[in-house]
Amino acid sequence: MTETPVLAARGLVKRYGRVTAMDGADFELLPGEILAVVGDNGAGKSTLIKALSGAVIPDGGQILVDGEPVRFHGPLDARRHGIETVYQTLALADAQDIAANLFLGRERRRGGLLGRVFRLLDSRGMRAEAERVLDELGIGIRSMQQPVETLSGGQRQAVAVARAAAFGTRVVIMDEPTAALGVAESAKVLDLIRRIRDRGLPVVLISHNMPQVFDIADRIHVHRLGRRVAVASPRTHTMNEVVGLLTGALRMAEDGTVEEARPTVPAGTPE
Amino acid sequence: MTTAAERKPSVGEFILRTRAVGPALALVVAVALFSLTTRTFLNADNLSLVVQQSLVVGTLALGQTLVILTNGIDLANASIAVLATLIMAKMALGGGSAPVALVFGIVVAVAIGAISGGVVTGLRLPPFIVTLGMFTIVTAAARIYASGQSYPVSDPLLGWLGNRQYLFGRIEVTYGMGLALAMFLVAWYALTKTAWGRHVYAVGNDPEAARLSGIHVRRTVLSVYVVAGLVYGVAAWQALGRVPNADPNAYQLGNLDSITAVVLGGTSLFGGRGSVLGTLVGALIVAVLRSGLTQAGIDSLYQDVATGILVIVAVAVDRFARGRQA
Repeated sequence: MTETPVLAARGLVKRYGRVTAMDGADFELLPGEILAVVGDNGAGKSTLIKALSGAVIPDGGQILVDGEPVRFHGPLDARRHGIETVYQTLALADAQDIAANLFLGRERRRGGLLGRVFRLLDSRGMRAEAERVLDELGIGIRSMQQPVETLSGGQRQAVAVARAAAFGTRVVIMDEPTAALGVAESAKVLDLIRRIRDRGLPVVLISHNMPQVFDIADRIHVHRLGRRVAVASPRTHTMNEVVGLLTGALRMAEDGTVEEARPTVPAGTPE
Repeated sequence: MTTAAERKPSVGEFILRTRAVGPALALVVAVALFSLTTRTFLNADNLSLVVQQSLVVGTLALGQTLVILTNGIDLANASIAVLATLIMAKMALGGGSAPVALVFGIVVAVAIGAISGGVVTGLRLPPFIVTLGMFTIVTAAARIYASGQSYPVSDPLLGWLGNRQYLFGRIEVTYGMGLALAMFLVAWYALTKTAWGRHVYAVGNDPEAARLSGIHVRRTVLSVYVVAGLVYGVAAWQALGRVPNADPNAYQLGNLDSITAVVLGGTSLFGGRGSVLGTLVGALIVAVLRSGLTQAGIDSLYQDVATGILVIVAVAVDRFARGRQA
């Protein structure tokens, strides 16, 4: 491989008491790609993602940003490295408007005395910027002063994604962004993800929805029992193969071919 | 259509968002009603008195609003203010300098607010329980400190807020009214025009979302209790301006009255929604109701019944509005 991964992890370990959530997990996100992370419930996907976004501090292993080892002590550290996360809960303040949510926790102040002494916010500037960002991503919401709670599920998701896209300079991580959405709204969010990728920002997408993963991902990271067991491609592998990999029925050989993991039936028995 | 025109919210949106509109309408209706039904309500003297009567509870309610916006509640606010009045009065009576007495009383109020906030955020205990305990402690402390007596205040500085002037030669305006108005405006500015204010709302709305958005949740909540303590300290000064006598048994229901004003002003007890301007209106509604019902010759116990019904209606309206929006 010639490209340096934007975000990588080597041998991550995380234990909760006697439960091992990550057991030497590796991870690699390449520039400009959409990487899907798939795995069964309890495979340790979300622990991996939380470690990458700074929400969980691993017990062992290494995280690398652009090839440089880093240590995240909280979500803010990851953000400072340009890594933005769209949480499954969206982390939006429902009663506040779209512009306020987009800039929540990093509000901009007016210049000069008004900003420095009177801490006056640049509300108009933030509204204009919010409008620009949403417009650029093709999100058709007109009023930036609409409270988030008045939006539909898909629009709320779009606001959260726009926030990540607006501030993420290296990576956008999305945890199940379409889980709560209907078909039409899911399609819009997937479009949005593609547009972010096309702007050059790599995306990590955690998803349960296999057809969706095959529709949008450039590569597929398969997680099982706390570690990466395979990296598949939607172009060279089938959906059944990926499902087989994540349940453990199949395994991936060194050369990338997929084979039966442990033949449970005696050899020679017809299928 | 210009984009500026598109950004303008509709009238309906505006009313929904500006939670003070409903309470303001209620205030206007109440004033109109009492003006029509009684001969004595609508005159400059009575209206001025109504405002003066709402100053102490209104100021307590300002601090209460900040705490309630973070999804907390402060049952200790009036007892903190009462303790502060006693400190101010006793220190000044003992020959101390009045400015020092005033500042020290306010500092104690800030310190107690900081302790409440510190316990709420540090030990992650429910604000209701923490401030209930604080209410009991501070009330007892005030009585011990006062040794069962009340203390008259003759110092001009401590009673300064009671000074009055006449606008247009007939409308009586006290300095306390000016200070209260200024404090409400400053609080409104801080809540709506600064990042701190947005964080206060966000923390009350959804603390986990606020945390994930990079807001220092505990620091924000702690700062609110400290600022509230400062406001209660000023409420003590307002109290001495109204009645130049520090009494350990005064404002026993001040905590509940302040909550009433906050709720009538349209601020949600569930946190994250509301405004201090609403609280200003809420405090005036209570005072108008009391005054008007008195002029109408209705017994004060029935006035309590009326206020109680209003509170329940206000919370029900909030609940209904929330349910529809969620």
